[in-house]
Amino acid sequence: MANQNKEDTPITMDVFTAGIWKENPVFVMMLGLCPVLAVTNSVENSLAMGLASIFVLVCSNALVSALRNFIPKQVRITTYIIIIATFVTLVDYIIQAISLDLYNKLGAFIQLIVVNCLILGRAEAFASKNSFGKSVISALGMGLGFTLALVMLGGVRELLGAGQLLGYQVFSLNFQPWIVMILPPGGFIVLGSWLLLINYFEQRKTGKLVAEDSASHCTVSQPRS
Amino acid sequence: MDNAPENEPNKVPPLPSSISLISTLGVVAMLSGFLVVLVYEYTKPIIAENQRLATERAIFKVLPKASSRLTFVIKDGQIKLADDKTKGELIYAGYDAKNNFVGLALNAAEQGYQDIVKLLYGYQPDTGCITGYDVLKSTETPGFGTKIATDEQFLANFNCLDATVNQEQSGLINVIKTVRHGSKNNPWEIDAISGSTITSNAVGRMFNKSGQALHPTINKNLDLLKSAKQQRGDHGQSK
Repeated sequence: MANQNKEDTPITMDVFTAGIWKENPVFVMMLGLCPVLAVTNSVENSLAMGLASIFVLVCSNALVSALRNFIPKQVRITTYIIIIATFVTLVDYIIQAISLDLYNKLGAFIQLIVVNCLILGRAEAFASKNSFGKSVISALGMGLGFTLALVMLGGVRELLGAGQLLGYQVFSLNFQPWIVMILPPGGFIVLGSWLLLINYFEQRKTGKLVAEDSASHCTVSQPRS
Repeated sequence: MDNAPENEPNKVPPLPSSISLISTLGVVAMLSGFLVVLVYEYTKPIIAENQRLATERAIFKVLPKASSRLTFVIKDGQIKLADDKTKGELIYAGYDAKNNFVGLALNAAEQGYQDIVKLLYGYQPDTGCITGYDVLKSTETPGFGTKIATDEQFLANFNCLDATVNQEQSGLINVIKTVRHGSKNNPWEIDAISGSTITSNAVGRMFNKSGQALHPTINKNLDLLKSAKQQRGDHGQSK
């Protein structure tokens, strides 16, 4: 009955935008951090991983949602994993066909999208309980949010670690690159810094809201997530 | 207590039949197989073409004077004309516009810091020199191991790295080895990159291994390699 109610709710803009910022998979839900830390040493790699994840997320959510009434509860996780693995295999072939260089750069992380908890999590928590259209829209939002986070990390790391952005030299040649930024510790440093910055502004925003609410004798304040 | 009411809220719902579970998995697996085969068949020729182009690009990079090339395979100490799909140790001979032999491109691989590093290198059998390489596959640490493709001082080692075959045609006269940065004294030594010793050592080891295994066979069959293009006329892959 609860599921039925969820399915009945209309598709709103919130379904799409929630994943981009309010429920961002990286900055809020902290999901799929393995590729976030591993492949974000350049914007190009981040974009490619983000687009591959969007493809897998949207296609697997669409199929899970379309088949949700036919999949028995007892075999649902197995079925979701087969569906996700199928789309990951497809994206693996497609990237090889588009660019071998890119495929070599991303290494094993393309195949590892199978175990990205964001994708299985969305299949189980959302697509299996919601209508086809809603699942696709939500997956698209989540995928874009994931890509945005990857690019935000990749941009900073490439800029500071190589003095470049998308392969174009930004700083002068005298700039001494911060090699640590394109090494694994750089992933943790930049992710931590972004989280610090985002939470700082969110807390300031929440604080302002609370102050305004108090001023107008209103007691309700809405946290971001 | 024995006769619990049928509409008890915590009652476990009945399990679906095994047939239902198996058929669900079967249908999903079939659908999955169909999609994978469909995309595999569509992308297979494109991927093969990409791989061919990547190899071609690398060959003409390490043999800049070549305008066409032929593929050979080394098997049981013999060199035979082959194509790119042949299994085994493939070597590529480059020829100029007049079908004169200009050198060989050979594969080499060795474990680096992160994973196997694969190179294609140019070899001049007449002078016994290794004359440069192209990195085919490397996942080495950015800013350190990746310098093997960009560090000018390191690449200068391969203007003519000595890989001459001994008189007995059993191996190289001198073992190719990587030495500490700044301590290179001989033409068969490779001056390591400071800070990426493991990858530099891997390059030295792979050239030595490849040289010891392939160069003697190449020297024994040099006439075949030099004359193959002229005997075949205009056949072979061009730039």
